[in-house]
Amino acid sequence: MALLDVKDLKVFFHTRNGVVKAVDEVSFSVDKGETLAIVGESGSGKSVTCYSLLDLLPKPPAVIEGGIANFDGEDLLACSSDRMRHLRGNHIAMIFQDPMTSLNPFLTIGEQLIEPLIYHPDTTLRLSRKAARTEAINLLNEVGIINADTRFDSYPHEFSGGMRQRAMIAMALINKPRLLICDEPTTALDVTIQAQILKLIKQLQKTRDVAVIFISHDLGVVAGIADKVLVMCEGKTQEQNTTKEVFNNCTSAYTKKLLSAIPKGAKVKASEAQAGSTLIEVNHVKTYFRDFSGSSDVLVKAVDDVSLDIKKGEIFGLVGESGSGKSTLGRSILQLTPMTSGSVVYSGTDLCTLESSQLLPWRPKLQMIFQDPYASLNPRMTVYETLAEPLLYHAVANKKTVAQQVQKLMDAVGLDRSSVLKYPHEFSGGQRQRIAIGRAIATNPEFIVADEPVSALDVTIQAQILELILALVEQRNLTMLFISHDLSVVRSICDRVAVMHHGKLVEQGNTETIWAKPKMPYTQELLQAIPTADLKR
Amino acid sequence: MLRFIISRLLQAIPVLLVVITVTFMLIHSAPGGPFSAEKAVPPEVARALEAQYNLDQPLWQQYISYLSDVIQGDFGPSFKYSGRTVNELIAAGLPVTAELALYAMLVALVIGISAGVFAAIRPNTLQDYIPMSAAMLGICMPSFLLGPILILVFGIQLEWLPISGWGDIPGDKILPALTLGTGYAAYIARLSRGGMLEVLSQDYIRTARAKGLSERLIICKHALRGGLIPVIAFLGPAFAGLLGGSFVVETIFQIPGLGRFYVTSAFNRDYTMILGMTIFFAGLIIVFNLLSDMLAIWLNPKLRQQARGGN
Repeated sequence: MALLDVKDLKVFFHTRNGVVKAVDEVSFSVDKGETLAIVGESGSGKSVTCYSLLDLLPKPPAVIEGGIANFDGEDLLACSSDRMRHLRGNHIAMIFQDPMTSLNPFLTIGEQLIEPLIYHPDTTLRLSRKAARTEAINLLNEVGIINADTRFDSYPHEFSGGMRQRAMIAMALINKPRLLICDEPTTALDVTIQAQILKLIKQLQKTRDVAVIFISHDLGVVAGIADKVLVMCEGKTQEQNTTKEVFNNCTSAYTKKLLSAIPKGAKVKASEAQAGSTLIEVNHVKTYFRDFSGSSDVLVKAVDDVSLDIKKGEIFGLVGESGSGKSTLGRSILQLTPMTSGSVVYSGTDLCTLESSQLLPWRPKLQMIFQDPYASLNPRMTVYETLAEPLLYHAVANKKTVAQQVQKLMDAVGLDRSSVLKYPHEFSGGQRQRIAIGRAIATNPEFIVADEPVSALDVTIQAQILELILALVEQRNLTMLFISHDLSVVRSICDRVAVMHHGKLVEQGNTETIWAKPKMPYTQELLQAIPTADLKR
Repeated sequence: MLRFIISRLLQAIPVLLVVITVTFMLIHSAPGGPFSAEKAVPPEVARALEAQYNLDQPLWQQYISYLSDVIQGDFGPSFKYSGRTVNELIAAGLPVTAELALYAMLVALVIGISAGVFAAIRPNTLQDYIPMSAAMLGICMPSFLLGPILILVFGIQLEWLPISGWGDIPGDKILPALTLGTGYAAYIARLSRGGMLEVLSQDYIRTARAKGLSERLIICKHALRGGLIPVIAFLGPAFAGLLGGSFVVETIFQIPGLGRFYVTSAFNRDYTMILGMTIFFAGLIIVFNLLSDMLAIWLNPKLRQQARGGN
C-alpha cells in the first residue's frame, strides 16, 4: 500500500471575481522511500496541491471541495486541526522555496531547529532544551553545516542562501518524518548551490528512507531526482508516469511543449557580427560600493577590474551567480551606476568623461531591459503612456505621429493593438516583458543591456521572449549585452560569453568554445552544475 | 551603538536651536506682553518691571542672553509666578505629569496590543471588526468628551471611582489614566493589528505551522516580535505626546501637573515659561524618539549586530 494516496483532490479559491479551480481532480500516490515530482508552470496548482495536504492554505478563500488524501490509513483532508498538528513536522514535513523568508529573522537558527523537539505536540516525546540542542547539532553536521556547534546560535541573516536551505532541511527532518514535501527548494539558489542541495536531498532520502514530493517548475532539476513525475497545468493533471517515460515517450501535448521549451544546445544562427568592428570597449572598469552596514567602512568590490569588447551586432552573454557583479557591470556600462575607475568607450567616445547633461543625447542609443516586468513598469501608466513617453521625450515622434509609432512598436513586440489602453496588471508576465522590450526599443537604440530578461518567466514564455529578442536583434541591427544566471539560456542565444565571479571576469570567449573546453575551474564547476532534462547524461 | 547615540544627540542641537529661535521670535511678535494688563500700570512701574527682566534691551540682545542662560541649563525666572524660576515650576509639575503619562501608556499598551493582536488573528470577521470599530471610536473621541463621560458613568452613576485629585484618595488615578490612554490605545491597536497581519502572512509563519507548532506559540513567539515593531516606533512620539498632551486631562481631573502651566503661560505671555516648556518638550520628544529607535534596533538581530559592530 502506498504511503500517501491522493484521489480526486479538488481545491477551489472563492474570490470576488469568481471561483478559481486551483486543483481539479488530481490523483497521485507516493510509496515509501519514493520520489514523486510535481511539475508545472506558475499557477498550475502544484503548490496548492501540497499545501492542502497539510492544511496550510489560507481559508478563506481556499476551499477543499472534494477528494481523499490517505496517509497511512488516515484521511488528511478530514482530520481535526489537533490531529493535523501531530502530523505536521512529525510525519509529514515541508521545505519551502525561499530559505530567506521561510526562516524567522528574529530567532536563531538553533532555536528554530529545536522547536519541533521541545514543543512536540505529544508531551511524552518532548525533549529538554539540552538534549534537543545535541540532537540539532548532530543533524546540522549531517546536512553539511560546518562548525555546527557555533553556528547553532547564529541568526538566519548570518547564513548564506545555501546554508539556510541546509538548515531548513535539517529543521524538516528533525522529527524523522516519513514524507518530505519540497516546494521548489532550489529555485531561489544559485546553480552551483542548487546542485549541492539536490545532492543532499537525494542522499538524505536514502539514509533516512523518507518519501519525497518534489515540486518544481524546472524539468531539468526533476530529471535527476524523481522516480515518478506528475505534470500539471491550470489545476489539471496533464501526464503522470515514471520519469523515464515522461522524458522519453511523453504522451500529452503540454508535456511536449514544456520539454521543447527548455533551451538546449548552441545558438542556431550566429549573428553577423562584423569581425573587428568593436562597438563598446570596456577597459579596467572598477565599481566599488561603500558598505555602511558593517562595523567600519568596507569597500565592496562589485566590479573589480573588468575589461571586455562587444562587437557590433552580436549578443554578448554575461554569466554569473548572484552577487557576482554582472548587473552592476551592466549598469556601469550604461553610466547608470557611477564607476570608481576605468573607461567605457562607445564608438570612439569615452562615456565616463561626460557630464550627465552631456550623456542625454546618448541615452536613446543605450537602453536597458530589466528582470522583473512586474516591478519595472509603472502600474499607473497605460501601455500607450509607457511607450509614448520615450518617443516624445527623445523627439523620435511628435504629437501627430506618436499614436502610429506606438502601434508599430506594439506590432514589433507582438502585442495586440487593441490592448493599448490597458494597465500593466491586466497583462500576463510574458506580455509585460514584451511591453518592457517595446519601451527599450522605442528610441531605436543601438545597444541594449538586457538584465535577466527571462528569469522571472515560465519556461514556455521564456522561449517565446527569447525568440522575440533574437528576432529584434536581427531586424533592428541591435547589439546586446545579455546578463543571465541561466547558462542554458545564454548558450542558446549568445555569440560570445563572459563569466563573472566575485566581481572579476573569470573567462571570456566564443560561447561554444567555452562550453566545449572551459579553461577555468569555476567555469567548469558552473557548467557541471547545470541540471539537464536529458536522462542520458 | 554609542556612535549612533552620539550622532543622534549631535543632530538634536540644531533642531533645538531652531525650536528656541522660532519660539522666541513668535512670542515676541505676538501682540501684548507679560505686563500689559487691562488695568493700566503707571509708566515708571512698567519701565522698572521691563528693566528688571531685561525687556528694555534690543531683541537680539535679549535673545543672546537668553540663549547663553539656556545653554547653562537655566530657563530664567517666570514673569507671572514672581519669585519662582521656570526650572522650579517644571520640576514641581513634572513628576505628576510623568506618572500620569506612564499609567496612560500602560493602559494604551495593554488594551491596544491585546485588541490589535486579537483582531489580527481572524481578520475580516467579527473578532476583527468589533475591536477595530471600538478603536476607531477611541481615536475619534476627544479626551474632553471621554473624561466627563467616564466621570458621569463611573464616578457619579456607579460611584465606583473618585472623580478628581491626584494621590489623595485611592483609585483617583484610574480615570485620568484611562481618559488619557484610550486614544493612544486605539492607535496602538490599529498599529499592532497592521503589524501582526503583515507578519502573519510571512513565509516563516507558514514554516512554523508546517513544523507542527501550536497557534499560541506561533503568535507569541514567532509573530509578536516582528508584529510589534510599528508599535515600538510609535512609542517614542506617543510618550512625548502623552507628556505634552496631558493638559486637557489635568484640567478635567484637577491634577497639578505640567500641562496647566503650559497653557496659562501662553495666555499670560509669560515669555520665559513658554520658551522653557517648549524647549523642555522638544528635548523630551528627541530623547523618546531616540529611545524607541534604540529599542527597535535592539529587537532586530541584524541591526543589533551592526550596532554592536559600530562601537
